[in-house]
Amino acid sequence: MTAAQTTRQWPAKRRMTRKQRRLSMIAAAGAVLALAAGLVLFAMRDSIVFFYGPTEIAEKGVAPGTRMRLGGLVETGSVQRGPGQRVAFAVTDGRSTVKVSYDGLLPDLFREGQGVVTEGIFEGAGRFKADSVLAKHDETYMPREVADTLKKQGHWQGEAGAAAPAKP
Amino acid sequence: MIVEIGHYALALALGVSVIQALVPLWGLSRQDRALAAVGTSAALIGFALVALSFAALVASYVRSDFSVANVFENSHSAQPLLYKFTSVWGNHEGSLLLWVLILTLFGALVALSHRSLPPRLRAGALAAQGLVAAAFLAFTLFTSNPFRRLSPAPAEGQDLNPILQDLGLAIHPPLLYIGYVGFSMTYAFAVAALIDGRIDAMWARAVRPWTLLAWTFLTLGIAMGSYWAYYELGWGGWWFWDPVENASFMPWLAGTALIHSTVVMEKRDALKVWTILLAILTFSLSLLGTFVVRSGVLTSVHSFATDPARGLFILLILVFFVGGSLALFAWRAPLLRQGGLFAPVSRESALVVNNIFLATACATVFVGTLYPLALEMLTGDKISVGAPFFNATFVPVVVPLLLLLPIGQSLAWKRGDLLGAAQRNAAAFAIAAVAALALIAFTRGGPVLAPLGVGLGLFLVLGAGFDLAERVVARASGWPAMLSRARGLPRSAWGTALAHAGIGLSIIGIAAAAWSSEAIAVLKPGERLTAGRYTVVLESVLPRTGPNFRAEVARFQLFSGDRELAPLEASKRVYTARAMPTTEAGIHTDWLSQAYVSLGEGQDGGLAVRLYDKPLILLIWIGAIVMAFGGALSLTDRRFRLAAPRRAAPAAAAQPAE
Repeated sequence: MTAAQTTRQWPAKRRMTRKQRRLSMIAAAGAVLALAAGLVLFAMRDSIVFFYGPTEIAEKGVAPGTRMRLGGLVETGSVQRGPGQRVAFAVTDGRSTVKVSYDGLLPDLFREGQGVVTEGIFEGAGRFKADSVLAKHDETYMPREVADTLKKQGHWQGEAGAAAPAKP
Repeated sequence: MIVEIGHYALALALGVSVIQALVPLWGLSRQDRALAAVGTSAALIGFALVALSFAALVASYVRSDFSVANVFENSHSAQPLLYKFTSVWGNHEGSLLLWVLILTLFGALVALSHRSLPPRLRAGALAAQGLVAAAFLAFTLFTSNPFRRLSPAPAEGQDLNPILQDLGLAIHPPLLYIGYVGFSMTYAFAVAALIDGRIDAMWARAVRPWTLLAWTFLTLGIAMGSYWAYYELGWGGWWFWDPVENASFMPWLAGTALIHSTVVMEKRDALKVWTILLAILTFSLSLLGTFVVRSGVLTSVHSFATDPARGLFILLILVFFVGGSLALFAWRAPLLRQGGLFAPVSRESALVVNNIFLATACATVFVGTLYPLALEMLTGDKISVGAPFFNATFVPVVVPLLLLLPIGQSLAWKRGDLLGAAQRNAAAFAIAAVAALALIAFTRGGPVLAPLGVGLGLFLVLGAGFDLAERVVARASGWPAMLSRARGLPRSAWGTALAHAGIGLSIIGIAAAAWSSEAIAVLKPGERLTAGRYTVVLESVLPRTGPNFRAEVARFQLFSGDRELAPLEASKRVYTARAMPTTEAGIHTDWLSQAYVSLGEGQDGGLAVRLYDKPLILLIWIGAIVMAFGGALSLTDRRFRLAAPRRAAPAAAAQPAE
């Protein structure tokens, strides 16, 4: 197509605009959506963290070095503080236990015998290095994943036991 | 007695809202004016009844009537009066009643604004709104009745969740709900337009104030929620990309798009079908948010007592209103007359681009929020999608939008001049770029993205400012002329500029977070801890007793370098009724920056202390307040426009075409 032809088509182009403009709009929207879809798929591969209970780690053969969330109950008597702000505790689902080490302040509602969710790196051999321990707003609240994990292992005793609000 | 009156009023309100939903529709189909107008009085009566019911619940809380189960579970006689009052919505049942109260308030406001709305549109909108109100009233009465009695009445209540015993509870939920629920109005108008099969610039003009109102309050509500979480949770974060946060953010993104698309519709009579769809989607996302927050299907740090059984009911409401309105849309949208055409380079095209990006950004948040749910249902794998995902998807979509924003803002309607718009923003861009480069050089070795973010924010602020300045200065000579020109600019122009500048301010605050620093140590009295520019010295640890809690208070002295700044107090409280601990952070505001101290557990005779240096963090929320102020300013523009709609619209449209 020569330059002369292109210029001659200008007026015609103007008249066809409704369809063309709609197409160009759809094309623009499609391009942005495709970009976003690409980003989403890319991010799904890298930045998604799986949640496992202690038993699942063994069953699914989680590789050492994997970033994951670990949930279960804080084993009674397992919390050791110090030196400094370092904390070590064990997370259990009644069948298996994982030893967790954490550098930082624990949330207010962290207690022995209560549900907990931590995020960090699985180091292999039943060890886990947490970089965050998730806080909850409500003391009767049990993270759903933890509840499911406990149910699976047959250690479920209702919503956090005695602290549940009394029903008339 | 009061409780029974409240209960009865609520049941009556359900009946009235059913009338509000059905009779006007019947009237519309029979072309009967009188029947169609029934919605007006029904909306007013419905609001009065729900208000009465809400007042009854407030009275039971204030009088600590523990024979009401809801009061027993969420209040305590030793609470200060303010918290007794705010406890009303510090729980599922009461907050739902607040939801319905605001919903019916909006209905009543629409009923009262009779002069500004075409009667058929108002009748249809009130009918749709009545249907939403009926669904939520039924939900309240049948699954979450706040007036359930206990017999025998307990002597003392179980107290409110201590984290909620804060001024934040008085502010955040009402603001957020006005925002959430306000979008029900635009939804109702969209449904009314679809029923009517007609839509024009008049529709956009009628809907725009409601959209702006909802958006303004939602902006404030989200910002206040974020600030509340920041100071109350004690870990110094202000946004976690948590499902509950996303649930409020998605309607905000869609609502922002809606504000922009209604402008196009109002000024150019175009983009009609898309605007209707957007109005439906925005409220659908609000409903989805309600479902996510209340059902507990997604694990959130902000979860309060949730109940899956109630979740099912909300899911049904969600399916009915989303599915119903989308079906109506599919059926009736082709009837809507096609709107005007527009040139590829023009303000309206720029706003289309804005909508494309905002809708896409909203979609990425949607995927990130709901993907874990979908995956778990399909494969049983449990995953969490956190900040890294959103940083990799949401941010790249939003950054181009923000870069284009000042240019789009200075394009003229109908036919713009891209080169001219770019030139007009060249100065703002140059200053921002120089500032970013200077920051990179100055903070060498530090994070690179932060200076770029600051530059972007600066570009937005300057772009908005220059755009205004140009309109005021252009062709005006001398101060008096400029002043009168500034006064002559439509309020919505000021509103737009402020809202855009507000985004810029927030972005500067967000970017500056990369320079924040943090330190943790176990301190004994006399010892010090340094993070960034700030140092604290622990002076003493004292016990203290509050009305319904015991506290351990740590007193610090805050230094910046060697300069003594202020004494600072942080504490750990244990609320006696629930034996639940909370952390009260000590925050010192140093111009726009903050020093933030929170406490951990005591050990080996010392106290675990965490100190943050948060540079420019206040800008995040100041930006949001500026945005909301811009929204409010545009809202006041409406009166002027309503008084003389014919004259004002072309004048406003002609303004940017310098």
